[in-house]
Amino acid sequence: MAKGVMIVAEQRDGALRKISLELASTARKLADQSGDEVSAILLGSGIEGLAVELGKYGVDKVFVGDNAAMEPYITEAHATVVAKVVKENDPAILLLGASVQGKDLSARVAAKLATGLATDCTDVKLDGGKFVAIRPMYAGKCFGEIVTSATPAMASLRPNVFPAAENAKAGAVVKVDAAVDAASIKSKILEVQKDTSGKVDLTEANVIVSGGRGMKGPEGFSILEELAEVLKGTVGASRAAVDAGWKLQKDQVGQTGKVVSPNLYIACGISGAIQHLAGMSSSKCIVAINKDAEAPIFTKADYGVVDDLFKVIPELTAVCKKLVA
Amino acid sequence: MNIIACVKQVPDTEAQIKVKADGSGIEEGQIKWVMNPYDEFGVEEALKLKEKNGGEVTVVSVGPARAMETIRTALAMGADKGVHICDPAFDSADAFVVANALAAVIKTLPHDIIFCGQRAIDDDSGQVGAMLAEALGLPQLTLVTKLDFAGTSVKVIRPIEGAQLLIETALPCVVTCQKGLNEPRYASLPGIMKAKKKPVDVKDAAAVGIATDAKAKVAKTVPPPARPPGKIICGDEPAQKAAELGRLLREEAKAI
Repeated sequence: MAKGVMIVAEQRDGALRKISLELASTARKLADQSGDEVSAILLGSGIEGLAVELGKYGVDKVFVGDNAAMEPYITEAHATVVAKVVKENDPAILLLGASVQGKDLSARVAAKLATGLATDCTDVKLDGGKFVAIRPMYAGKCFGEIVTSATPAMASLRPNVFPAAENAKAGAVVKVDAAVDAASIKSKILEVQKDTSGKVDLTEANVIVSGGRGMKGPEGFSILEELAEVLKGTVGASRAAVDAGWKLQKDQVGQTGKVVSPNLYIACGISGAIQHLAGMSSSKCIVAINKDAEAPIFTKADYGVVDDLFKVIPELTAVCKKLVA
Repeated sequence: MNIIACVKQVPDTEAQIKVKADGSGIEEGQIKWVMNPYDEFGVEEALKLKEKNGGEVTVVSVGPARAMETIRTALAMGADKGVHICDPAFDSADAFVVANALAAVIKTLPHDIIFCGQRAIDDDSGQVGAMLAEALGLPQLTLVTKLDFAGTSVKVIRPIEGAQLLIETALPCVVTCQKGLNEPRYASLPGIMKAKKKPVDVKDAAAVGIATDAKAKVAKTVPPPARPPGKIICGDEPAQKAAELGRLLREEAKAI
């Protein structure tokens, strides 16, 4: 019978990504409720050493597939190995990250295993021993409680939502064969074009300072950049600002952009159209700065400032500079 | 080229979503239905490929009777024919069932490239493209923002966190479309007239011939958790308000 909680750890360039630790911690919490084991699948080349770190965050056993074929990530190669390890070990629950890679991989693996997958979950629990995944739908306008009729029950977890807490376990390495038939791989990565801005991606940022139509133009964003710099955050934008050509598509937060959940989200000159609110309402602390006191963004904000953002933000940047010094 | 574009009808992004009192789903009465915005990118890319290389674009959709409007929209944009998989048995379908239904139909059609939206903005699952690729035994390229056709392969740009990848994949393959790929055209009036005469094949579950039991079920739909009411920061001057906001973020919210 299917037993235990398994995660698929994610690494890039030989370092575990933060979501892997969030997965490990969440899996540990679930497994402790049923007295089960937590295992992880870790794929890549020259990455065996990362198993120790997974152990620190609560993983008992790490299935390491160390093979040149696993680097860089190619869907079909990874999905084949993950599905094989899952079938051989029969976990009751399988968790992945709802990162770009995790979303790509989880759906392919779920199809291979003919099981159900809940994407981008913000909570998971055991209800009378049954796994229930809770996830936003309609971009957070409502939530669904998902149950799965096959095993393993699969879920991908939204980055930045689940805490990563140390809880040392063995992290024992079990080597698995990660060789794949090269002829079966039809895709090839020709080039990796790294973003050289040095900014954290919106979906992984702890702090996001976002601007909307109220920024009046691309120049207006410079004061947001300064505030973001002080708070070690990333600048985002509403659809209005992106459609106006003031910011790039990759910076858009909302139902047709990125769904984010930072610790702190500062919305500047954003009225709060429902499609924007949908993309940021799982943020832990929301600040709205807007001169229109009736703007819907204030209904989601923990703190609101009704004033001219071009006056408030430079002052706020100065205040924050002192606070974080 | 034989090009397939998969489309889904979804509530408009501005739609207010109200959960049914018994938690069994959402109230559909007031909703304006539109083509999933990410699927529009797929239809547009399909049409661009056809215009450049010749061939035929087939739109395929799983959905209730009203989804026919969305198929007609794609035909009005310029697609040649449609397949509408329509049966109450698919009402509670999950991504796995939908992908298998699409695959069953697409297997019977010649296909060089298949477009899907990267996700539908209703259930936000983002699974169908990858599951369809698996069901067809094809490679998948998800979240594509640029596509160049190179005869027997495509070269695409796929953004990941903090980078973008240039990937080459042999055809046939499944591509899921992200915003940025193109600017979808509007249907012209002559296009809308022509669309009325284009063939749409309607298939029920028996004709598709797959199991329709969902693997993942939405056991309950609930409204989003309520946020406690926020504080409006008082003060006479912007500087005063900024100082108070900074203090609250530091001391109360512990956010900085």
